[in-house]
Amino acid sequence: MSADGNGAAPFVDVDSVCKWFGELQVLDHVSVQVPEHGVICLIGASGSGKSTLLRCINMLERVEEGAITVDGQCLTKDKVDVNAVRKKIGIVFQAYNLFPHMTVLQNVMLAPRKARGVPRTEAEWAARTLLSRIGLEEKADEFPDRLSGGQQQRVAIARALAMEPKLMLLDEITSALDPQLVSEVLALVRELADSGMTMILATHEMAFAREVADKVCFLDGGRILEEGPPEQIFSDPREPRTREFLSRVLAGGRMH
Amino acid sequence: MNALHHVLHAFFNLHSFTLAMPDVWAGFQLNLKMMAIAEVLVLVLALAIAIVRGLPGPGARPLRALAIAYTDFFRGTPIIIVAYFIGFGLPGLQLGFISKQSFVTYGIITLTLVYSAYVTEVYRAGIESVHPSQRAAARSLGLSYWQAMRYVVIPQAVRRVIPPLLNDFVGLQKDTAIVSVIGVTEAASLAQQFSNNNGDFPSLLVAAVFFILLTIPLARFTDYLVAQRERRERAQAF
Repeated sequence: MSADGNGAAPFVDVDSVCKWFGELQVLDHVSVQVPEHGVICLIGASGSGKSTLLRCINMLERVEEGAITVDGQCLTKDKVDVNAVRKKIGIVFQAYNLFPHMTVLQNVMLAPRKARGVPRTEAEWAARTLLSRIGLEEKADEFPDRLSGGQQQRVAIARALAMEPKLMLLDEITSALDPQLVSEVLALVRELADSGMTMILATHEMAFAREVADKVCFLDGGRILEEGPPEQIFSDPREPRTREFLSRVLAGGRMH
Repeated sequence: MNALHHVLHAFFNLHSFTLAMPDVWAGFQLNLKMMAIAEVLVLVLALAIAIVRGLPGPGARPLRALAIAYTDFFRGTPIIIVAYFIGFGLPGLQLGFISKQSFVTYGIITLTLVYSAYVTEVYRAGIESVHPSQRAAARSLGLSYWQAMRYVVIPQAVRRVIPPLLNDFVGLQKDTAIVSVIGVTEAASLAQQFSNNNGDFPSLLVAAVFFILLTIPLARFTDYLVAQRERRERAQAF
């Protein structure tokens, strides 16, 4: 799981990406590399650009400058099959965004059936297998509003996994959860990391970032101010801004 | 006192009321037919126009403009004028098949064109009320624009707009009477004829009763749907 060293091209290569919302520059020459099976955590205050970066990698936002390459395919050229790229990249959002008019099972089955053309019985079998893996097989026929936040977020992860992505983007997926529901979601993410899934996480869970990340990037004002192995970032941050951010977060009790 | 008695007698004469009933009922069946067909057509046409109006990108601009022009025109024009245009205009144009339809068909076309303009706006409000994150979630899973619309956005939008949509249908049902101006012998026109012949008005009351009896169940059904949704949303809040 350790980062680089074998000389192969990184699985995700974000190269000097810039992005503006009107006048406001939200990403300022951001560069990140993620090796295959690597886990990168993005930390930083709200509005520092973590979510925007993830949305750019999934092409939900357009990049104005720079290049993003995933699995050898450049996403920032003009003619890219967006839908084909997205089938390889799963994203999970802070607000779950499950489809409220569908059952849990239908949520998980929809994309495999419609975007990949998997036959119904096969898709259903795969979806039920996934749901039992996350411990929610008995909720298959419930609607999302009958589930707790933690359960909904686990379903959202399963829904993304159903497309068998090679990269998972997790955008502050525990931020909307009650504290007692956070651990069940993190346990699932830990399991994904252990299974070798390549992941980029935007998170406020510093203890978790320290545990699962190969590399931590601190974003501040749309720039990556500091990056390095979690031990270094959390124990011996070089930048004053990083130190300041971490002390504020730790004072908020997010570390333990 | 005599005058009041006169008016009451002219409107609420049970004998005349009973006498008018079979004629008006025969006409009312045309109203039912026009209403049923127009409502189905409106559901489809209005949804199509609403979708066109929401198409993204600069390439779709002419289509969007066309959709806007359509709603502006048919929402702004009184239905009675549209009825004249369709009922007397289309036959005069000698467009073969199109110009050889019955007045009932022209009536259905009129109702469909006018009410699609209203219902398009209802659908559009519904589509816009679906949070963008739903579309983002669908697209991020690899679904195309159309698949995201078809499976995620439109089903949620339609569910939300059923009450206002049914409300527009109440209006459509009543306006089936207006297309009598182009020669459709529906309930209101037959009631009026009956009234002219008899010199009293209970036949109009008969027509009114038929329309009201048709509307009430629809209105109660709409109330029921609204209440049901409120219950669900309240349950969700806890």
